[in-house]
Amino acid sequence: MTVNELIDKLELEVLNLEEGDRQIEGGYTGDLLSWVMGRAQSGDMWVTIMTNVNVIAVASLVDCACVVIAENAEIGDEVIAKAKAQGINLLRTPLSSYKICNEQILL
Amino acid sequence: MNKYFYDLHIHSCLSPCGDNDMTPANIAGMGVINGLNIMALTDHNTCGNCPAFFKACKRHGIIPIAGMELTTAEDIHLVCLFDELDVAMSFDSEVKNHIMDIKNRPDIFGHQYYMDDEDKILGEEEKLLISATDYNVETAIALVHGYGGVCYPAHIDRTSNGMIATLGDIPLEYGFATVEFNNRENVESYREKYSAVKNAGVLCSSDAHYLWDINEAKHSLEIDDEPYSSALVRKNLLFNIINIKIK
Repeated sequence: MTVNELIDKLELEVLNLEEGDRQIEGGYTGDLLSWVMGRAQSGDMWVTIMTNVNVIAVASLVDCACVVIAENAEIGDEVIAKAKAQGINLLRTPLSSYKICNEQILL
Repeated sequence: MNKYFYDLHIHSCLSPCGDNDMTPANIAGMGVINGLNIMALTDHNTCGNCPAFFKACKRHGIIPIAGMELTTAEDIHLVCLFDELDVAMSFDSEVKNHIMDIKNRPDIFGHQYYMDDEDKILGEEEKLLISATDYNVETAIALVHGYGGVCYPAHIDRTSNGMIATLGDIPLEYGFATVEFNNRENVESYREKYSAVKNAGVLCSSDAHYLWDINEAKHSLEIDDEPYSSALVRKNLLFNIINIKIK
C-alpha cells in the first residue's frame, strides 16, 4: 500500500506530503522517541501522539514511510516546516493510535 | 554566606542539538557577560566537554560544575552534577557503554564536537548522544549517588522529556529533594498539584542550546563559602541540592 492509498482509505489529514507513492512496508507505534529510534524500521508507518520537533528527526533517522499523528494532537507550524525541510510525509487523524493501527491492518 | 547567580543546565556543541557556537569558551564568556557566578555544563549523556569548560571558566572567573543531562530508559531527562571533574569523567565513561548504539547523522541531528578551551575542535562523537540510556530512573539515581553526585528531574514543567509529562507525576519513592523548572512562574501551581514538588527545592536553569538562551543574573542561591574556595562552593551547592536548602 502506498502513502496516498492510506490517506484516501483512512481519510487522513495531510500536514506534509513529499512522497505519496512511497510504499508502506510495515508499521510501528510508540511515543518514547528513543525507543522508536532504536526499533522502528525503514518503510514503517509510525503512529504517535508526540508532536515535538524531534519526531521529524527520528522519522528521518529510521526512514519511515510516513508519520501519523493520532488523536489530532496539536502540532506546531515549526514541526510541519521541519517535515517539509526533511521530506517527511506527515499525516494526522482523530483516531487513537490503537484504532488507526487496527484500521490499517484491516485494509 | 554569599549570593551566587547560577545556570546549572547548559548544552555545548557536543550535544547534537547544541548550537555550534556553544563552545566551552563561549559559554563561559557568555556567563561573564550575563553576570553569572556558577555554571554547569550538562550535555546529553556526556561530560566530554567538561575539561575544556573548566579551563575556560577558570580564565573567566566562573565557578564551573561538571554535569550531564542523562536520558533514562523512560526518555526522562535527569540533571546530574558532580563536585569534582575527574569523578564526572569516570561517570561519563560508565554511561558511554549504556547509551543506545545508534550512529549520529549530523545532517539530521547536528554535529557533536569535542572542543578544547580555545575553540579548537578536537574531534567528533559518532554515537548519537540524545538517544536514551538503558538505565531506568531508579538505577540512574543509584548510579549518580554511587559516584557522589546529585541528580534531579530536568524541566518538569515541559512536555518533552520532563518527568511529569512522561510519568504523570514525580513518584515520591525517588526521593528527589530538588526539581528543575524552566519557568519560575509555574512553580506555585506545580507545588499545589504534585506532592513531590510541594516542599522540594527549586532550581531555574536555562537548558540553553544557544548562547542567547543562557540565564541572566536573575536566579541565585545563598551558599556558605567560608573559607573560600571554588571547590567548597561546589561542594556546598551539591549539599544544598540534596538537603532542600534551595527555595
